[in-house]
Amino acid sequence: MNKTAEQYWKANIRLVSILLVIWFVCSFLFGIILVEPLNTIKIGGLGLGFWFAQNGSIYTFLVLIYVYAKRMNALDVEFDVHED
Amino acid sequence: MDLQTLTYIVVGFTFALYIGIAFWARAGTTGEFYAAGRGIHPVANGMATAADWMSAASFISMAGLIAFNGYGASVFLMGWTGGYVLLALLLAPYLRKFGKFTVPEFIGDRYYSRTARIVAVICLILASVTYVIGQMKGIGVAFSRFLQIDYDTGLFIGMGIVFIYAVMGGMKGITYTQIAQYCVLIFAYTVPAIFISMNLTGNPVPQLGLGSTMADGSGTFMMDRLDQVVTELGFKEYSTQVMGSKLNMFVYTLSLMIGTAGLPHVIIRFFTVPKVKDARSSAGWALVFIAILYTTAPAVGSMARLNLMNTIQVGEVGTTEGNLAYADRPQWFKNWEQTGLLKYEDKNGDGRIQYYNEKNAEFAAKAEAWGWKGNEMTKVDRDIMVLANPEIANLPNWVIALVVAGGLAAALSTAAGLLLAISSSISHDLLKGVFMPDISEKNELMAGRFAMAGAIGVAGYFGLHPPDFAAGTVAIAFGLAAASIFPVLMMGIFNKKVNRAGAIWGMISGIGVTMLYVFQHKGIMFVPGTSFLGDMGPNWFFGISPNAFGAIGAMVNFAVAITVSKMTAPPPDHIQHLVEDIRVPKGAGAATDH
Repeated sequence: MNKTAEQYWKANIRLVSILLVIWFVCSFLFGIILVEPLNTIKIGGLGLGFWFAQNGSIYTFLVLIYVYAKRMNALDVEFDVHED
Repeated sequence: MDLQTLTYIVVGFTFALYIGIAFWARAGTTGEFYAAGRGIHPVANGMATAADWMSAASFISMAGLIAFNGYGASVFLMGWTGGYVLLALLLAPYLRKFGKFTVPEFIGDRYYSRTARIVAVICLILASVTYVIGQMKGIGVAFSRFLQIDYDTGLFIGMGIVFIYAVMGGMKGITYTQIAQYCVLIFAYTVPAIFISMNLTGNPVPQLGLGSTMADGSGTFMMDRLDQVVTELGFKEYSTQVMGSKLNMFVYTLSLMIGTAGLPHVIIRFFTVPKVKDARSSAGWALVFIAILYTTAPAVGSMARLNLMNTIQVGEVGTTEGNLAYADRPQWFKNWEQTGLLKYEDKNGDGRIQYYNEKNAEFAAKAEAWGWKGNEMTKVDRDIMVLANPEIANLPNWVIALVVAGGLAAALSTAAGLLLAISSSISHDLLKGVFMPDISEKNELMAGRFAMAGAIGVAGYFGLHPPDFAAGTVAIAFGLAAASIFPVLMMGIFNKKVNRAGAIWGMISGIGVTMLYVFQHKGIMFVPGTSFLGDMGPNWFFGISPNAFGAIGAMVNFAVAITVSKMTAPPPDHIQHLVEDIRVPKGAGAATDH
């Protein structure tokens, strides 16, 4: 692997790691592990933990993929590895 | 116009539409048959992926499971959407760059081994066939209600239609038809949800209705009312009941997420976009279209449960008039009794319906004092809830007809996509790739169609005695995909050191462990009465249910693959270069065949 490809891959891994941490937090952590304490906070008639488990996590997933696609396309150009 | 005629018209019209599209866009070449010739726009591809993905399990079964499992059913909501994040970030762009037609093809090339390719084909077929069994259950339920016949006959009719439909089309036909099916199914799902949310809470947006107050002016939140209604009859509190244990929920969610990213009929979609860039955004678009249904489902489930409870328990709990008289039961109740999926038994002979949780000892004692002799709703199949929901809520007939059409669209589109994945892995990977390399294109297509027919027969047979509700059966399919396909794909891209032996043993041990656990609980190939080690107690592995076991299988797969790879020779140089090459988008050409 040449130098740019190596740096490109490192930048990619960094981005993916950050996004996967958020992925874990909004679903497993908020929706399951911390659901009881979060449920003491109410939004409308729903506990916050319940909301994350049934709605909030899905909205977050959408944002994650959007950010990923946008950032990666920018990285492709930055490291000059984009498609013609 | 009566409901039956209206349903025939709506279902007939949508079917004519699908068949028309399938005919117009039918596949002429193998390239078009497998991958639609790679000319599909990301938004269109996302919509087709969503239809392909949202099956009978999502449309018919999931809201029913939410209705009866409350918070516990969150595993399906998070599990079946979160997998798209894994798919978009870890697999889709790289597999598109690799540029072949099927998943086993990638595994065979990356692990430089025909054996690996054959093992991948077997894993893929096991997962896909299990998945189709789940669809068949859903199709059987939809047809039995639609034609007012029993479940088994409904299943046979469904098999016939899936056969005609999937065998004709191929990927190109399927993609365009699925776009039409998406429109039908999402319309059919959201319209009744809007009506019901409006009725109950006055808020037309179901996602907001879920957290709103009741429209009866009491100022009580809908969720609090539901919790109160179910706990009064001895059921668990809706908003807090867990599925098994919290550990089980964690593992279950993980298993569904990993399985999503390992299911061949979804991955295959990302081979059909023009560029690597499009593969990234396609996953996002697919999730947008999926999220519309998935964020609506919690409202549908909770409101269906509330309406159901209110229909049967019409007054105060414990009073005679509190329970609905059987003679006064509504029309939907009678309709579903005919399918055998809803059953009532007058245990105490009072002619009224007592529906409560008899397993709750404390409440059962109270019930006995009122002269109740056990729960009289002896069968409420969870899979009927979405189809019955508009009837329970007294919505107009056209809405009910629409929901039947939507359920059939969901089941058909997924069955077709899966059958395509099965047929391509048999004709393309096994026959052309391994056993008959110089098979002609025409014969390859023919073999693919035969494979589809065989798969429909097998799935239909098991569909007569499904191992679980549609969504449960599908969850098992996800477990099998999670334990076998996803780990080797991910390691194939992110770990250059994993070699042939590692991948083969990883897949075998991952799927092996999962199948052992599932079959031990549910019977060998789900045949009742063949479950073994009966004295082990259910869910003996830390309380994890068999449906959730795929995540454990995946961990075993990762661990075995990495350990075996460390002990054997590293992959040859040209494979390491191949991995470096798929990591960068530059130079992605059109897909090539062997």
